[in-house]
Amino acid sequence: MAGRGAAAERISLRIMASLDSAEPQAVFRDDAGTLAVVLAGSWSADRAPRVEELAHEIGERIAKVSRATLDLSAVVRLDTLGAYVLSRLKTQRAEAGGAIEFVSQKPEHTVLLAEVDVHDCSVVPTVRHFGIVNVLVNIGKAVVRFGRDMVGGAMFLGEVVVGSLGVVLGPRKFRGPSLVNQIELIAFNGAPIIMLISFLVGCIVAQQGIFQLQQFGATVFVVNLTGILILRELSVLLTSIMIAGRSGSAFTAEIGSMKMREEIDALRVMGLDPIEVLVVPRILALIISLPILTFISAMAGLTGAGLVAWLYGGIGMDTFLARLQSVITWKHFAVGLIKAPFMAFVIGLIASIEGLAVKGSAESLGRQVTASVVKSIFMVIVVDGLFAMFFASIEF
Amino acid sequence: MSTELEQRPGGQHRSDEPDAVIKVRDLRVAFGEKVIMDGLNLDVFRGEILGFVGGSGQGKSVLTRTILGLVRKSRGTIEVFGEDIDHLDQAAKRTLERRFGVMFQQGALFSALSVKQNIQVPMREYLKLSPALLDEMAMLKLEMVGLPPDAADKAPSELSGGMIKRAALARALALDPEIVFLDEPTSGLDPIGAAEFDELIMTLKHTLGLTVFMVTHDLDSLYSACDRIAALADKRVIAVGTLETMLASDHPWLKAYFGGQRARARLPSGH
Repeated sequence: MAGRGAAAERISLRIMASLDSAEPQAVFRDDAGTLAVVLAGSWSADRAPRVEELAHEIGERIAKVSRATLDLSAVVRLDTLGAYVLSRLKTQRAEAGGAIEFVSQKPEHTVLLAEVDVHDCSVVPTVRHFGIVNVLVNIGKAVVRFGRDMVGGAMFLGEVVVGSLGVVLGPRKFRGPSLVNQIELIAFNGAPIIMLISFLVGCIVAQQGIFQLQQFGATVFVVNLTGILILRELSVLLTSIMIAGRSGSAFTAEIGSMKMREEIDALRVMGLDPIEVLVVPRILALIISLPILTFISAMAGLTGAGLVAWLYGGIGMDTFLARLQSVITWKHFAVGLIKAPFMAFVIGLIASIEGLAVKGSAESLGRQVTASVVKSIFMVIVVDGLFAMFFASIEF
Repeated sequence: MSTELEQRPGGQHRSDEPDAVIKVRDLRVAFGEKVIMDGLNLDVFRGEILGFVGGSGQGKSVLTRTILGLVRKSRGTIEVFGEDIDHLDQAAKRTLERRFGVMFQQGALFSALSVKQNIQVPMREYLKLSPALLDEMAMLKLEMVGLPPDAADKAPSELSGGMIKRAALARALALDPEIVFLDEPTSGLDPIGAAEFDELIMTLKHTLGLTVFMVTHDLDSLYSACDRIAALADKRVIAVGTLETMLASDHPWLKAYFGGQRARARLPSGH
């Protein structure tokens, strides 16, 4: 024993003399059936690639002998990574029926080796399905989710109706300032961008209409085209989509962040109904704002169309207005405005549901806001399609 | 207690004099007109657990954030490992930051990542590990802070308050730091959980040779875990030393803090 210790010491001294950097090193020495491995240098995380490489090499060499010693006397630095790699070698060897012994380590190394020793850190691989099974699983999940959304939406609709009834029956509960504030945010602040977009779309539709109708010498029918299209469909669709993106997302984020910080629960325990306090004023504000914005959008769109008809199509303003008066009945005007409150309700409902569905994390908030906007726009278009069929069948 | 030095594994330092790893001198921090700290001096010695106490809003967290470079100071010097942090270039600062581990009060775990990935963030950034070893090291850190292996793949939002604290500590320990900053590590934990956490920090101090800078309000932590206590009041450190020093102080705030009902109930016998 004494002879082996002295030999190891000589080797370690030689290593230390030749060691300028702290690069981890291992020197192997066969000593009467026992493999003595003298470790030197810095066995730490910043030398991880070399440490792993050496550990692998030591593992292979040790596998060929029954007994081995690891001499740590020349180790300059040992951290949890180094200690873990060495202790893993020992554990693996022990499982294979061999033995490794740590010798001449410093006291603090002993403590560290003991700390990492007991742990089983093997990572349990997660089971994954591939191919067709995965596809089927995802389809199934999506169907179930869709069904739950529908049921949840219907239940929430009921809550909102009850909440609104409460406000109607007890006007004391009506939150005027909140409503006015929301109308300002939705209608007043949203008007400029909606006007701009509607104006541009009016211009584009008129230009395309004139370009195509010219070939038949029917340029003047562009007034019928743009008038009916803008009043019946474009104004309400553009406004709804803009509001879904602008105000719907804001509702979801506001309600969602309140949910995240338990503010919704705080409202509940104070005896306040979050539907009544947060959702009803917002939906009401939307229902009031959206027809106003739809009207503004229609006017901006018609202005754009009139301008292009005059500058590009050579139809004078007075001709445009006179023709508009003769082809547009109050029905066309009403169709757009009738649809607006329904769109508002759909957007408000979806935004509130998604906001209340937010869970603890900021990531979930982001996901819910995206879902809110996508679902709102989708539902707005579906509802518009239903209205188109409805109005066609009653010949309105 | 303050002269008792822990030898860090692999550390070369050996001396009878306490070795100050953080040295704050004449520090002044102000937000606009409001002066938070003025003429503050503080030493943190290698291998100790320093408890930092002070009233709410007195700037305990601000000092931590100033040392970490998150808040700008208007005067004074901060030396870490004997180097003035104002005179370091970007690369040297990076190297220095690697020797820090920070546990924020709310954990500050990245919510988009699982617990395991959270621990691996600094490892991926600074170390070159094989994927297998990266996973195993993350599991080792989890195990060291006493989290069950099945917590590895959970999202931070699925964890309880105590588990968040432990996961945050595991992330702070990812790079084997020399100094660990803990901002109210036991706040929001039940007494049993808090005692376990104190014990965990003491164990880690012994096994990893950590220096711990702990902002805390927890009297139990101060009594059981901390080697020294520093008290912040009137914009500076009014007293620093062992628990006995604190108890012997005449400062009205310290008298109120350690002489109150809640404190007296926990006093070691003889006081």
